[in-house]
Amino acid sequence: MSATVYQQAIKTLAEAAHGSGRLEDPDGTSRLDNPLCGDRIDLAVRLAGDAVSAVGHETRACLLCRAAASLVGLTAPGRSPGEMADAAAALEGMLTSAAVLPPAWQALEVFAPVAAYPSRHGCVLLPFQALQAALATAAGKR
Amino acid sequence: MSIAELRGQFPFYATANPCHYLDNAATSQIHRQALTAMAGQESCRANVHRSPYRLAEASSHAYGEARAQVARFVNAAAADEVVFTSGATAALNLVAYSFGETLQAGDEVLISAAEHHSNFVPWLRLRQRTGIRLRVLPLLPDGRIATASLAEMVTERCRLIAVTHCSNVTGAVTDVHAVVAAARAVGAKVLLDGAQQVQHGPVDVQKLGADFYAFSSHKCFGPTGVGVLWTRGGVLERLPPFLTGGGMVGLVSLETLSFASPPARFEAGTPPVAQAVGLGAAAAWMMTLPWAEVHRVESALLARLLDGLATFPTVRLIGPADLEARLPIVSFEVRGIHPHDVCQVLGEREVALRGGNHCAQPLFAALGSAGATRASIALYNDAADVDALLDGLEHALKVLS
Repeated sequence: MSATVYQQAIKTLAEAAHGSGRLEDPDGTSRLDNPLCGDRIDLAVRLAGDAVSAVGHETRACLLCRAAASLVGLTAPGRSPGEMADAAAALEGMLTSAAVLPPAWQALEVFAPVAAYPSRHGCVLLPFQALQAALATAAGKR
Repeated sequence: MSIAELRGQFPFYATANPCHYLDNAATSQIHRQALTAMAGQESCRANVHRSPYRLAEASSHAYGEARAQVARFVNAAAADEVVFTSGATAALNLVAYSFGETLQAGDEVLISAAEHHSNFVPWLRLRQRTGIRLRVLPLLPDGRIATASLAEMVTERCRLIAVTHCSNVTGAVTDVHAVVAAARAVGAKVLLDGAQQVQHGPVDVQKLGADFYAFSSHKCFGPTGVGVLWTRGGVLERLPPFLTGGGMVGLVSLETLSFASPPARFEAGTPPVAQAVGLGAAAAWMMTLPWAEVHRVESALLARLLDGLATFPTVRLIGPADLEARLPIVSFEVRGIHPHDVCQVLGEREVALRGGNHCAQPLFAALGSAGATRASIALYNDAADVDALLDGLEHALKVLS
C-alpha cells in the first residue's frame, strides 16, 4: 500500500514545493513541530482584503508533510481563511472518519491512502494547522 | 538454543503474520512464560498485603516472589531493594522527585546529552522546582558519552550523576566504571537508566556500583505497565515518598503522618500485581539463557546490519560503527529522505522499524541530525530480518527518490 501512499502525484507535489521560501512582510506567522518525528514547518501568510494573497513556508519534514505544505502553498492564495479552515476540516475528516470530500476540495484526495496510517495523519495535517495558526495571528493583528 | 527454538517460546511468532520485528528498543515481544504467569494471576486474583484469606495470601506471595525474581535478575543484595513502578519513566521520575526533594538550590545533577527524554525532562522539571544546577555531559562524534569530561564537570556540588546505561539511539554502552568513580570522588549518587540494557541479559547492580537502576518490563520480554527501580540498600530508607496513598503509610491522622519502610513506601495504591508476576516470569526465564551464545548471535547480526548499511552511499550511521561496547541498536539517516518515509515503505514490506527523534531531541541536536531510522535487534531476530531491512532499504530509495 505504500506504493499508493507514495504515488507520483504526492511526489510531484512535494518536489514542486509550491509556496516554499520566506515571505516578506507577512501578516501572520506560525511555527509548528511534530515532536514525534521532528518535523517542523515555519509558515507565513499575507492577506489582501478577505483573502490569502501569498503563503511562504519553510518545511523540514517527511515527504507527506512536504506534499501537504506544497498543496497549501498552491491552494491558499485567493481563498479566504474560512475556506482554508474548511479544507483542514475536510482533510481531517477524510483521514480520521472516511468523510467524503466536498467538491471544492477534491485535490485533497491525493492523501486518501494515508487514512490507513493514523501515525502519519499528523504529517499531512501539520501544514494545514500551521496555516490556521498563521491566519489566527494575522486576525489578532487586525 | 536455535533461533527457531527461541521463537517457539514467543506467541508473536505463532501468529498468522509475524513481521520482521526490529523495533525491540521500543518494545520487545512478550515471552510465553510471562503471558502464562500473568493470565494465571489475573484469572484468580485478590489484592496484595490486605487480607488473610487464601486468595489474598496467594496474591501477596506471587507478588513477593516476583520481587525476588527481579532481585535475582539484577543481583540485588536483597529483594526489598526492588521497587515496582509503572515503567522506567516512572522509576526515573521517582528518583527525580524523592531524591530531588533532598536537594537544594545550587546542588548539581549531571546528566548527558544522550539521555532519553525520560531521564532528561524530570531533571529539567526539578531545576524549575528547586533551582538545582543541571549540567550535561557532551557526546563524542559517534554518540558515545564523553566520559573524559567527567573530571571537569563533576564538582563538589554534584549530588547525582544520572545517565543511560545504553543509548536508545546509538546503542552505545556507557563506561559506568568511569561514571561511578567520578561520583564516588565527591560523594555523589549514580542513577543508571537501564531500559535498553536489560533486554540483552541480566545485570549485576552490585558490580556496576550505581545507587539507582531503572528499567521497564516491556523491553525485556515482560508485559507492559510495570517497571523497576532498584536502589542500593539503605538509600531508599532516607528518601521521602513520591506518590502517596494507601499501602505506603505508617500512621495517618490529621496531626500525624508516617511512612512505611521501603519498598512499600514507594508503591502507593494497588500495585500492578499481574504485570509484576509476568515480569518476574520473564526475568526468571532470562536467567536460564546462555547469554554468551546469545550475545555472539546478536553481534553477528549487528555486524551484518552495519556492513550492509555501509554499502549505501547515502546512509549515515548515528552511533558507533564498531562492535565495541555497544548493543545491537542501530540508527541511521538516509540523505534527502525522512526517516518516517523510510519506515513507511519498510513497514509495507513487513519490516518493523522506528523513525524520528526517538524521544532524544538533545542527542539529535548534539549530533546535528534531524532524526533517524532505527533498527533494534533482539535475541529472536535472524539474518532474514536483517536482510529484509537491507533489501527494503534499497526498495525505499527507489520509491522515495
